[in-house]
Amino acid sequence: MAMNEELALKVEDVSKQYRLGLLGTGTISHDLNRWWHLARGKEDPYLLIGESNDRSTKGNSEYVWALKDINFEVKKGEVLGIVGKNGAGKSTLLKLLSNVTTPSTGKITMKGRVASLLEVGTGFHPELTGKENVFLNGAILGMTRKEIALKLQDIVEFSGCERYVDTPVKRYSSGMKVRLAFAVAAFLEPEILIVDEVLAVGDAEFQKKAIGKMKEVGQDGARTVLFVSHNMAAVKSLCTRAILLENGEIAHEGNTDEVINKYLVGSSNIENYKKLNLESSGFTLHELGVRSSLKNCEDPILANEVIQVFFKYTNTNKNLLHVNLKFKGEDGEVFMSTSSGHDESLIKLGENELIVSFPANFFNDGNFYMDLLVVEKRKIKIIEEFDILSFLINPEPKELGSWMGKEKGYIKGVFDWK
Amino acid sequence: MSEIRETVITPKKGLLEFNLAEIWTYRDLLYLFVKRDVVTIYKQTILGPLWYLIQPLFTSVIFTLIFNNIAGIQTGGVNSFLFNLAGIVVWNYFADCINGTADTFKKNENIFGKVYFPRLIMPLSVIVSNLVKLGIQFFIFISFYIYFAFKGEVGALGWQIVFLPVFVFIMGLTGLGMGMMISALTTKYRDLIFLVQFGVQLLMYLSAVMYPIALAKEKLPTFLGNMVSYNPLAMVIDDLRKILFFGGQDFAIVNLAFPFITALLLFFFGLLLFNKTEKSFIDTI
Repeated sequence: MAMNEELALKVEDVSKQYRLGLLGTGTISHDLNRWWHLARGKEDPYLLIGESNDRSTKGNSEYVWALKDINFEVKKGEVLGIVGKNGAGKSTLLKLLSNVTTPSTGKITMKGRVASLLEVGTGFHPELTGKENVFLNGAILGMTRKEIALKLQDIVEFSGCERYVDTPVKRYSSGMKVRLAFAVAAFLEPEILIVDEVLAVGDAEFQKKAIGKMKEVGQDGARTVLFVSHNMAAVKSLCTRAILLENGEIAHEGNTDEVINKYLVGSSNIENYKKLNLESSGFTLHELGVRSSLKNCEDPILANEVIQVFFKYTNTNKNLLHVNLKFKGEDGEVFMSTSSGHDESLIKLGENELIVSFPANFFNDGNFYMDLLVVEKRKIKIIEEFDILSFLINPEPKELGSWMGKEKGYIKGVFDWK
Repeated sequence: MSEIRETVITPKKGLLEFNLAEIWTYRDLLYLFVKRDVVTIYKQTILGPLWYLIQPLFTSVIFTLIFNNIAGIQTGGVNSFLFNLAGIVVWNYFADCINGTADTFKKNENIFGKVYFPRLIMPLSVIVSNLVKLGIQFFIFISFYIYFAFKGEVGALGWQIVFLPVFVFIMGLTGLGMGMMISALTTKYRDLIFLVQFGVQLLMYLSAVMYPIALAKEKLPTFLGNMVSYNPLAMVIDDLRKILFFGGQDFAIVNLAFPFITALLLFFFGLLLFNKTEKSFIDTI
């Protein structure tokens, strides 16, 4: 076929249409109409209609495009990440790639054996022993009995279930089932491996092992991996390239960091000022926001400006209160916590404003999220709000001729060099 | 790595495009599914595989009591229990095949929605694992046959018994064909599934399981009599009994032509529907 030697996978103009609502009355008439058109050699009349798949708006058409005009290529040995919000079309795309259902239009060409690891453990029979299930599951994924027998020892060892291989799987803990199933798939050695959120299950030790194995699989260059996950840290560490899906269309394609940033910016609404009425134990929060010290909340914040976070509150609680802020970067992990300390005079009774200032050039440019904690008597949480603020720090203007890229990390800091 | 396959996935596939070579590459999966079905069906039961024998024996006893003792159906000098057992064993194979394959898509929705393998493997594994069951049941039939032969209640065995595999093949193929058709149609329209179990039961009474066809022709109204005598399943069962008990009298191998062709047509048509459905049923089920 006309496919480049280097390519493992080619997706051309692929679309998938679904019909919304219930199948029932009308199904037969649509079927007959469709059949009548096709029988006369005409195009399917229902493929001409349909709307983009935006879950939150109500559409007019009964037909919806879960995927629309998807085009991409994956080279041999590449680890491609696929990210996107729930309902963006990731699962549909994987279903098409793993040949579970067919596209409405377009063409997918793949080289080599394809194995999908969508929700491991499907096909396990509870009454069969671990060993019997390894054979069955391996065969479902396309291995021959001989191949499985050769790898049985490795599979069992990797799963860490040696002791239970002759016990029916129904007596396994859910974690053990996942371990065993992942082990089967990991040793399958297909040319193309499709992985969907499997790493969300299993304990930390096993996750580490699984990620290690997947890295190994991706690195030897013979195999291609398609990896779908909401865990940006995993996508970042595994993938060389990524695709962002939005409402069934490819919104962005490129290197992993770039795509992940697009995804996070797109999915977060910048909310750097809030008016609210959050009351607990006599402490009421009316307003909070983040701004550059010389400007208002609406203005963009630059990295080389002093940055202030302020709170307007009314307090009737006579006990010692303090505020704790946690900052998160794009991967959603807290990288810094800071507290207002145990000075009793800081949060006064009555109506007041609390301000904390961060020096210029402290935050790196990028997206940040802030969690808020108000604590009474040093130990009782009276308010706990996650992602109460989110803000964007823009890079400061740079001289022409200097490097324009983005530094890694969340904190820059200005330190004394000698 | 010269044997790397290239897979091309495109929207519709031709009505007559069967990938039989692919089924061959998945033969190990077929074997493991059969093993799974045979091994797990009676796990955690006390009597285990004995259930394979209890079902036909009890049914046969009850048929004998009702149809032969009460209703007085004559079985031509053959022990009526044995006469019924022969019909039931063969009928059971057909019934198990159709019942086991009729809900292929619905039952395996979960696994079909996750992994690709030739879907046809599933119904085929049902046919083969039922063959194991048939083998065990036929073995018990032979034991009774020998016992009654000593008592002289059997009649004569015809040489045509060598065609036994053809009889089994026709029953299995008919069941598979009908089962595939129903399984394909029920992915969209659920109505049929309600019909199957009850329909199969009704069909049994029209299939000469507990009476000879000749008797049906003689005693039933013409319309019903024709329904029995032109029913390919009834022909198969009746002919088999002619060989087993009446020395193959009035049996010629051409008698099997009609049931054989019907089975092939049903199978082919079922395969067609199944093949068309398997690619996108997951969107409609």
